[in-house]
Amino acid sequence: MRDTTSALFEFLLRQGDNALVLGHRTSEWCGMAPVIEEDIALANIALDLIGQAKLWLEYAGEQEEAGRSANDLAFLRDAYDFRNLLMLELPNEDFGRTIMRHFLFDAFQVPWLEALSESSDQRVSDIAQKASKEATYHLERSEYAVIGLGDGTEESNRRMQNALTDLWPFAGEAFRDDNIDRAMHDAAISPLPSMLQPVWKIKVQSTFQLAYLTPPDSEFAHSGGRIGFRHTEHLGHMLATMQFLQRAYPGATW
Amino acid sequence: MVTSVALSKDQIWDWLDSVPDPEIPVISIVDLGVVRDVAVSEGGVLITITPTYTGCPAMSVIAFDIETALAQKGVKKITLETQIAPAWTTDWLSEKGRARLEDYGIAPPQAAGGPERCPQCKSSNVERISQFGSTPCKAQWRCKSCMEPFDYFKCI
Ligand SMILES: [Zn+2]
Repeated sequence: MRDTTSALFEFLLRQGDNALVLGHRTSEWCGMAPVIEEDIALANIALDLIGQAKLWLEYAGEQEEAGRSANDLAFLRDAYDFRNLLMLELPNEDFGRTIMRHFLFDAFQVPWLEALSESSDQRVSDIAQKASKEATYHLERSEYAVIGLGDGTEESNRRMQNALTDLWPFAGEAFRDDNIDRAMHDAAISPLPSMLQPVWKIKVQSTFQLAYLTPPDSEFAHSGGRIGFRHTEHLGHMLATMQFLQRAYPGATW
Repeated sequence: MVTSVALSKDQIWDWLDSVPDPEIPVISIVDLGVVRDVAVSEGGVLITITPTYTGCPAMSVIAFDIETALAQKGVKKITLETQIAPAWTTDWLSEKGRARLEDYGIAPPQAAGGPERCPQCKSSNVERISQFGSTPCKAQWRCKSCMEPFDYFKCI
């Protein structure tokens, strides 16, 4: 059994790494999106996520008491030390898949951050309240885009359906409770992730109905990312790009 | 120079109100609502600021501009503290700031979630182009009367 402090560190890494990894993936769209408005939107969303990651990882570093800053945690950990959901590290693929991933994540993140706003840990509550405003704005957009593309052309519907079919087996990882979650729940720092699954399901299913999309009829969920047991082969490649500068030129600043 | 005279809080607020927002220079950082508190003591001046958006790249520029502006007025010891709670809201924009935004061509935030009117021709016949814009705090809209695109300051 771990004590609450190191469990809190792990919990904070999960929050920070989700935001960081999705933020980095989203930033890969910069200059590549199908239209300029989407390019700008994705760059702004990436910025929000990286800003949130900084707040979580700063706090994680303080809890760990090993002198690691948010930057150290972001740029000097290896793939197996990351605690993000597997879904967030997958390559972007096409635009539809990017939007679908954002939607599946945003629909979780909004009720999750709202719940964390009530955390017994003041700092967790403060960060969650700040991030919650941004997440709500992101969900408004990703939900609208999923409906627009799902209920769009034959091709856009096909691509969104493919994205949903591919990502669905990754979406459930967010709701798998483990010992860290139970320690956080016991300390009233966070709810159990599983408690949010019903709300999430109602949200995504009502959106998919409007979007003429059908999620696979399966509860199977790949897991291992948030507990750091097993990542996909994609995370290491992503980190090779993201961390290159700090690895090649340690301590570089501008 | 203010070396011997005790600094007043109001004086510091006045000076900060002349520091422009780096991305929208027609409004000050005080108009924007990012300056949350000013405390003056014998040890120096403590300024508490809050970020608009968590990843807003202007925040480090704002911190630098505050230090520069106060140092130019002769303030010796300036400490900046960042506070994230309560979270920044567009409700903190000053009336002066809102009016200046519109004069500049940026529609000020509205609780309804969209601009009240086109900042150019004042028509209310407007539509959204994108939820996001050139900086984290803005969205892109278009006027269907004068056909001009314009920025809208997002309401959060
Ligand atoms: Zn107009």
